[in-house]
Amino acid sequence: MTVKEIFETMDYGTAPESDKHAMEFLSRHDRQFGLYINGEWTPAKNTFSTLSPATGEVLAEITEATPADVDAAVKAAQEALPGWVQAGGHQRARYLYALARQIQKHARLFAVLESLDNGKAVRETRDIDIPLVARHFYHHAGWAQVMESELKEYCEIGVVGQIIPWNFPLLMLSWKIAPALAMGNTVVLKPAEQTSLSALLFAEICQQAGLPNGVVNIITGHGNVGEALVNHPGVAKIAFTGSTEVGKIIRKSTAGSGKKLSLELGGKSPFLVFEDADLDSVVEGVVDAIWFNQGQVCCAGSRLLVQESIADQLYNKLKVRLRKLVVGNSLDKGIDMGAIVSQEQLAIISAFVAKGKQEGNEVWQLEKVPAGCFFPPTLFINVSPASLIAQEEIFGPVLVAMTFRSHQEAIKLANNTRYGLAASLWTENINLALDVAPKIKAGTVWINTTNVFDAGSGFGGYRESGFGREGGREGLLEYARLKTETAFSNQSFGFPVSKSALPQEKPIDRTPKMYIGGKQVRPDNGYSRQVVNPAGTPVGEVGEGSRKDIRNAVEAAQANGKWAENTGHARAQVLYYLAENLSARSREFEDRLRHACGYSAENAALEVSRSVERIFTYAAYADKYDGQVHSTLSRHVTLAMNEPLGVLGIVCPDEFPLLGLVSTVAPAIALGNSVVVIPSAIAPLSATDFYQVIDTSDVPGGTVNIITGPRESLSTELAGHFDVEGLWYFGTEEGSKTMETLATDSMKRSWVNYGKHYDWLTNPLEREFLRKACEVKNIWIPYGA
Amino acid sequence: MSAHEQRNEGLPFHPRYFDYLNINRSAVERRAATLPGRRTVKKEHQAAWLLRAISCIDLTTLAGDDTAGNVHRLCAKALNPVRQDLLDAMEFPSLTVGAVCVYHNMIADARQALGQSGLPVAAVSTGFPAGKISMDQKLAEIRQSVAAGATEIDIVISRELVINNKWAELYEEVRNCREACGEAHMKTILATGEIPTLTKVAKASWVSMLAGSDFIKTSTGKESVNATLPVSLVMVRAIRDYYDLTGTRVGYKPAGGIQKAKQALDFLILIKEELGHDWLNNRLFRFGASSLLSDIERQLEHFVTGRYSADYRHAMA
Repeated sequence: MTVKEIFETMDYGTAPESDKHAMEFLSRHDRQFGLYINGEWTPAKNTFSTLSPATGEVLAEITEATPADVDAAVKAAQEALPGWVQAGGHQRARYLYALARQIQKHARLFAVLESLDNGKAVRETRDIDIPLVARHFYHHAGWAQVMESELKEYCEIGVVGQIIPWNFPLLMLSWKIAPALAMGNTVVLKPAEQTSLSALLFAEICQQAGLPNGVVNIITGHGNVGEALVNHPGVAKIAFTGSTEVGKIIRKSTAGSGKKLSLELGGKSPFLVFEDADLDSVVEGVVDAIWFNQGQVCCAGSRLLVQESIADQLYNKLKVRLRKLVVGNSLDKGIDMGAIVSQEQLAIISAFVAKGKQEGNEVWQLEKVPAGCFFPPTLFINVSPASLIAQEEIFGPVLVAMTFRSHQEAIKLANNTRYGLAASLWTENINLALDVAPKIKAGTVWINTTNVFDAGSGFGGYRESGFGREGGREGLLEYARLKTETAFSNQSFGFPVSKSALPQEKPIDRTPKMYIGGKQVRPDNGYSRQVVNPAGTPVGEVGEGSRKDIRNAVEAAQANGKWAENTGHARAQVLYYLAENLSARSREFEDRLRHACGYSAENAALEVSRSVERIFTYAAYADKYDGQVHSTLSRHVTLAMNEPLGVLGIVCPDEFPLLGLVSTVAPAIALGNSVVVIPSAIAPLSATDFYQVIDTSDVPGGTVNIITGPRESLSTELAGHFDVEGLWYFGTEEGSKTMETLATDSMKRSWVNYGKHYDWLTNPLEREFLRKACEVKNIWIPYGA
Repeated sequence: MSAHEQRNEGLPFHPRYFDYLNINRSAVERRAATLPGRRTVKKEHQAAWLLRAISCIDLTTLAGDDTAGNVHRLCAKALNPVRQDLLDAMEFPSLTVGAVCVYHNMIADARQALGQSGLPVAAVSTGFPAGKISMDQKLAEIRQSVAAGATEIDIVISRELVINNKWAELYEEVRNCREACGEAHMKTILATGEIPTLTKVAKASWVSMLAGSDFIKTSTGKESVNATLPVSLVMVRAIRDYYDLTGTRVGYKPAGGIQKAKQALDFLILIKEELGHDWLNNRLFRFGASSLLSDIERQLEHFVTGRYSADYRHAMA
């Protein structure tokens, strides 16, 4: 076209980014890559091709790692570990700083290579991915530097196995590697088989930065390589980002192993628009939410919830906007969306959209899309929550929209999902925004913005979106271990037990019951079980709890939303009152411990007094274990709020029947959880005595629920229950494994003792109980008049 | 210059058109900041777009020391904004800017300098730039300028009416100016640098359009903050909604602070993305600028020769 013709049409034309340097990088490696193990490249063998999805061109041949390779990588990481730890925070900070600098120096090469390999727009890799990567390394260089002062109580975990997805290859690498290295861990990382190139370039950067051999190892290949890494006994922690399906497999296969786990999984994140929102800005927000990275974003705002009063107006604006989007070659600087990562993913998206059309939903799509691995931006409107496309994660540029009538209904719709990764809500009313944000089950809530990230803020999910956080202090702690974790011991800390029966006056027959919803209730099945003391003398009977009692208790706990809404101070008052009443009846509790457990008078008194003290401790924390305001972007407030998990199942240790219960229940309820407690199996009577104290201490019904009975089957019910958000288990090794396995399907947070013993008397993990009782939600509030 | 767009007759005042508006500054700024990264024009496309930008310039001089001499020079440049050899190299026949913009006193000189070219003369009016004169004086000034041969009148609004939400009064003011303009097209300057919030910018845009403005314009060029992309985004979105409501296209003129070719391209991209191709011409889009042209000329020479240019190689305005 001539200049004159363009002057008339005012077309944009193309603006290709050169791939010259990226191709030179590939050529330097003869377009074939081995594995990066112990600071060296293995010869390429057993290779597979990696393609450019935009053109179908083969970019390079990549090695499929064997189990022996995985083993070699883990061994290299193990051998590098002591040196890396001893190097100290400052040395590690220097290396991380060097990595950040190297990434910035080669920013465009990374951006182009990533865009080629993944199919995403080079605009995004250049303006979003790579700057965030550099920022992540800088931020964590800082954490390495201050670890010894800021995180005195923590140390490294060990060798970390990391498996990352194909949607943000280098960014996910940085989220994994930077915090791991900062805290003194060494890593074996497996990139997704579709998008390994930027990780391999990163390996070269590690060499250039002089990183000690074995600190970072990059192995490539398919799912079986990941599986070998997950199951390798030399790995102390697995960090995974990817599908919920694979996350569940990983969790099941690590259950009972003691490996730490963080999982960042799928999502079906709501995007809520209230009637007073800036609608034109909302439209751009939608573009950034679902038509960003081809919608292949775990936290994509894929469910648009619009207030009925403005729905048509917004839909019309969206339809107009959708037609303006440009889909094209990923290296064209003038496009909005590039290629879908693979033909397989394209087929998945196409199938969902076909299904959505088949369901009769009204659909709008961009008409002009290049041939090949591309998919048009798609909008379904007036979709019902029951529709498949409204429930399943599509992982493509497909938005489903529905309406709500009130903010209460909006919250319900937003939470009507198995996932809980992120949410975006749009309103100019700060009262509404700050009312709604905490009520949405999502690890990140963006107010009047979306898909904003920063290394200083945690990111991660609730429910089947996984657990653990990446970024910020909360993310850092996923890569560190409390030094006092060794408090879990093979040896019991329990008191010596006398097997000679104490003379006891025959009291009036008492019938301890269950305690559910603030009421004493008989077991659903009408059976009781006898409790005997170590001398073999019957000391009473408790209800034989069954799965129905668990069901009732969980319902009562779920119905008790008010407890979490109380101020920390109000909860503290209740806890202090509980301590006061326990103290007043300490004699009775001491007697119970002596008669039912065979404790000496002195030890019984110690357990009761420690219990009172423990309640005081967590009452004290109730209004002090608060969140943070993260330092992220300019003109943003990023609130990191500690939120209670919700309903927490607690399986108490057998030893310390009173103190074990108090030490777990007090921190849990101090932070606003409601709990379903299965007390000590061998000495449940202290627990049933304790509900009388609860009853007289203004604890709202449903806050603490106590179910006695067969411990393993009751805890199994709790672990499998979909409406229980967290589970603490202090029992057997076998039971721990069962708990972790059963907790997988609902992705509840679990904390188990792997059959080891804890020193409940001194409580060395005092603060850890609080950390385990909550999850961090980050609320982003950009501002500006 | 090309035929004018059909005029905006306005609508009777009612606050319901703009009452509900709530502009989120951070979100607007994010869109404005990322838009130039989403679209780009290179090579011959860039050259064509820059020529288009020139055709949309209101080449302006608004200084206390303006004389017949420098106004003549400005008009000569307006008629021949780009060196002929460069146009020839691009096989581009001929080009003028959109209009010449001066104070009332210089209208006659400008008319004379422009001769029979048909290039419009725009006059700033109504006590420009502060507008702190009586309503009668404002209307008299408009009438005098129109009588002197200005076919475009750039009025300033009373900012205090915006600050104090006196929307009906603002409507009256602009409406009266519009009537005084008669056949002359009216561009209404909001002076957004003196309007405290983007929400008020949006509302003032609406009131100006309801009152019959043919263009809405950001700034006088005399405020400390002039045309920015975020402010433009808010104003052009108001134009878009007004078009959806009435079917009438109101023009847009960012003015002040636009000095670089790259900035001009960003504005054109913004217009194309938010309003569409129909607005990408001098009937509906103008740059209020003085030094922008010389940067564009240098970029065009670079396109033609492949070598970076220098100011002295292009005729002064």
